[in-house]
Amino acid sequence: MDRRSEMHRRERRRYVIGYGGSLLLTIAVFSIAYVFGIETKGVYLAIGLLGLAQLIVQLVYFLHIDRRRSSREDLDLVLFSTLVLLIIIVGTVWIMGNLAVRMHTIPM
Amino acid sequence: MSSADTSFFGRLSWESFPLAGLIQTPNANEIVANAAAGVVIVGILVVVGALTWFRLWGPLWRDWLTSADHKKIGIMYIVFAIVMLARGVLEGVVMRAQQAAGPGDGFLEAEHFAELFSTHGTIMIFFVAVPFVFGLANFLVPLMIGARDVAFPVMNQISLGLTVSAGMMLMVSLLVGEFSTGGWTAYPPYTGAAFNPGVGPDYWIWAIVVSGIGTTLTGINFAVTIYKLRAPGMKFMRLPMYCWTIICSSILIVFAMPPLGVAALMLAADRYLDFHFFTNDLGGNMMNYANLFWLFGHPEVYLLVLPAYGIYSEVFATFSAKRLYGYNSLVIATMSIAVLSFTVWLHHFFTMGQSALINAVFGIATMLIAIPTGVKVYDWMATLFRGRIRFSVPMLYGLAFLMLFVIGGLSGVILANPTVDYQVHNTLFLVAHFHNVLLPGVLFGLLAGYNYWFPKAFGFRLNEIWGRITVVLWTVGFMLTFLPLYFVGLMGMPRRSFSWEDPSFHPYMIVAVLGSLVILSALLAVVVQLWVSIRDREKTRVPVGDPWDARTLEWSIPAPPPPYNFAIIPHVTDRDDFAAAKERGTAYPAPDAYEDITLPRNTRIGFILCVLSGVWMFALVWWIWWLAALVTILMLLSFVAWTFKTDIEEVIPAAQVQEEHEAWLDLVHASAPINRDFEISSENRGRAGPDLEVAT
Amino acid sequence: MKRAPTHSYPGLNLGRRHPGADKASEVVTFGFWVFLMSDLVYFGLMFAIYITMIDAQAGGPGPHELFDLKSIFAQTLILLTSSLTVGLAMLALKYNLPRSRIVLWFGVTLVLGLSFLVLEIRDFVAMADKGGIPQRSGFLSAFYGLVPLHGLHVAAGCLWLIVLGIQLRLMGLTDLLMSRVVRLALFWHFLDLIWIGIITIVYFGGLTYG
Ligand code: HEM
Ligand SMILES: [Cu+2]
Repeated sequence: MDRRSEMHRRERRRYVIGYGGSLLLTIAVFSIAYVFGIETKGVYLAIGLLGLAQLIVQLVYFLHIDRRRSSREDLDLVLFSTLVLLIIIVGTVWIMGNLAVRMHTIPM
Repeated sequence: MSSADTSFFGRLSWESFPLAGLIQTPNANEIVANAAAGVVIVGILVVVGALTWFRLWGPLWRDWLTSADHKKIGIMYIVFAIVMLARGVLEGVVMRAQQAAGPGDGFLEAEHFAELFSTHGTIMIFFVAVPFVFGLANFLVPLMIGARDVAFPVMNQISLGLTVSAGMMLMVSLLVGEFSTGGWTAYPPYTGAAFNPGVGPDYWIWAIVVSGIGTTLTGINFAVTIYKLRAPGMKFMRLPMYCWTIICSSILIVFAMPPLGVAALMLAADRYLDFHFFTNDLGGNMMNYANLFWLFGHPEVYLLVLPAYGIYSEVFATFSAKRLYGYNSLVIATMSIAVLSFTVWLHHFFTMGQSALINAVFGIATMLIAIPTGVKVYDWMATLFRGRIRFSVPMLYGLAFLMLFVIGGLSGVILANPTVDYQVHNTLFLVAHFHNVLLPGVLFGLLAGYNYWFPKAFGFRLNEIWGRITVVLWTVGFMLTFLPLYFVGLMGMPRRSFSWEDPSFHPYMIVAVLGSLVILSALLAVVVQLWVSIRDREKTRVPVGDPWDARTLEWSIPAPPPPYNFAIIPHVTDRDDFAAAKERGTAYPAPDAYEDITLPRNTRIGFILCVLSGVWMFALVWWIWWLAALVTILMLLSFVAWTFKTDIEEVIPAAQVQEEHEAWLDLVHASAPINRDFEISSENRGRAGPDLEVAT
Repeated sequence: MKRAPTHSYPGLNLGRRHPGADKASEVVTFGFWVFLMSDLVYFGLMFAIYITMIDAQAGGPGPHELFDLKSIFAQTLILLTSSLTVGLAMLALKYNLPRSRIVLWFGVTLVLGLSFLVLEIRDFVAMADKGGIPQRSGFLSAFYGLVPLHGLHVAAGCLWLIVLGIQLRLMGLTDLLMSRVVRLALFWHFLDLIWIGIITIVYFGGLTYG
């Protein structure tokens, strides 16, 4: 019984850590936007990186994805999906962006 | 009329029925249209009549429609695919006849011809090739990996229901309204509301969306089944090659169906809700559609052909009595093809106007696929080399494939060169190319599989003579119909044209229509083969289950297999485990103890969702909003209600399993093992005897 | 090959109650992951479409006129918190906490999910008032193809939550239901991930590049 409540505490702590981390990152993103405005690419880069960080925090602490053996199958799946997704999104943006330039719908 | 203000029956009216057209303007075009509708109606009447006459409604309902058994679901998929194949082939023949009737306009109107190539393409891809491929997979995969069913048997039933109801929409479009004229690709803005306000594109959209959901669920199901339900000892590198191709194909489905769903739903948003994804005005961009469609379209063709490769791999190994040559390289080649197929989609729109650099990148990526494919072809030939070859029907299909598919593949490499593609884009050269890979590649593979595994499914072999006739007819028919198209294509004849003028095309058109008649007789020969085989079934029974001296687990159990597949789950120690057991003399072991077996219980949910989704699509196509809303709620409710059910499994007691299994084991030992020379004689009861020294 | 041990998924420990339940549950959960990845591709494509259509505003209102970051901030906090509470609900079930705790966390999650939806719909109404309707431009079509799709998922999650609540009430905590709760939690966390993509790409990306 004691072991169970110990495990319970541990698992709950993971969620709380994940929540705290995500909360901080969220607040950071919005304050950057508030303080610096959202016009420049530099600011957007920072926002993007913080978003990525939050994705990872949630994957680890909420979805329990890590390199431990038990969740490696899920990790493999997520990584492969990310690969496909990247191919699809980067390819699409590349192709359509290039077409837009050549059609003169956006200036270059 | 706008979609907002419609009456009780939406935009459905008397004019929507083809008969109205016939009465108003009786001509050849209307007669063909009505004949097609008539065939559908007669077909339905005959089926209903036969079921009633033979009192088969009860068994149909109990044993098939509500069954969650993967083997039955597989068979139903295949029956559906063959019915749709008949329609697709007929349409192909009519199109060839139309073009052979040139120069000039032929006997069909342009619209009607456009409907024909649209339904033909849509049917052949989504309602013949996909269900046939996954029908076989359904039947085979659990048997091959030593499992009792797929991971999600009920979801499997739902997938079937959705696929069938979507296919039925194409039948309904013959009877009510008309189908899309936008080809199987349905490119906007042509299929948008501005140019095509009718119901045609809507039939296409909903058939695609619903069957797409069904296919996605199937993909998930099979990926998980192979990943998680393998028998103990069935390591990945011991999987039959066929299962490897199915897992790759399932992964392709999981990642490639979404682009199609997105494209179709965005087109629906444009048509129904006046969005501007692909319209010509207000920032819409049809090029996004082409991009999305082919993000799906290219993986799709590999998802079809990989399982065919898997079938050929099994067939070549069995009928050469050898281990598959280069197993590891075949596995790697299969996986490379699967991954590469996500990187080449742009080759379908080289001419859209992007830069030469982008075209070159995708062109090269496309050519790369030829490498793993070449590896496969050599592996297969090496498997044949010095084998104990029998020229049985599946093997003959395989040989036809080897020779013809290489031509199709090479014409693909030619098309992968953007500069060449600019010349032959949108010509019959392309039509020749893709039929050259789809018929000898996919369809022959499926027919080979059908001949190969039929005895496993039904307990008797298919007629060999008629089988060989089908091979000859398909092969000759294919060559006559499609090889001439390479030449007219190079001469500049555009695809999808109902009318042409250049007299130098004429001879080719004549040859092609004759070829298409040969294909038609090939289809008839398939039916005759089945008929003759059923008639003579007592002479070809193979209850022991191993008529071909085959190598993989599915052959180690009775034919037809019991509902639970394996009386005891096998422990796998080898690749080609059954062949190894036969060699060691340890095949057909008698287990020490039996256990109770739990199986999924029959359920109605798949059938209910099949009917409801059919009504739902119809309501959406015809703008009958109240009905669409009602059915949406009903579908949700019936699904939620299903989740409340708890007794979803039934138990087969160990005693019953023991009795059945021991009876079969007695039969095994009572049957004389036969040598490969007698494989197609009536002595073959499915017990394979030692033959020549097994070559390795 | 490798077999995952018992604690493969957060909240799964059915082993003691019913042998085989763990394995069955593991299979279903893996299947659900695969489904989520397929769904992820749906969203990924909508993101790609949005990126290609940021400029397709056709003279209609753009991100600067339409987006209300305060409301987005509120929605983000709500969704994030609900992701925590759904996890706590699952833990409460797993460790047999008193019923009141289970009801509490389920209830809080539901309320948060619904308030997220209310705020989101309010945003859409406000946008429509400024002429920001999907029929106005390709850009707005892309926006409305993506953000409400996420909202629809959240709504489906709420419905699922309600149905599961009823089932827990009627059938008690069975292995089957426990494994459904695990999947619901996965789904909910997944929607939070997508939302991070939406704020980063749709809102901030739109404001930067639009
Ligand atoms: C069995 C005999 C077949 C015949 C006689 C036949 C004939 C035709 C013809 C005449 C066309 C129109 C060509 C044009 O655009 O001018 C066509 C298109 C097409 N066929 Fe077939 N075909 C057959 C089998 C198949 C099979 C087995 C498949 C796929 C598994 C298939 C897939 C397609 C597709 C995708 C199109 C393109 C439709 C479009 O243009 O949108 N066909 N076929
Ligand atoms: Cu392709």
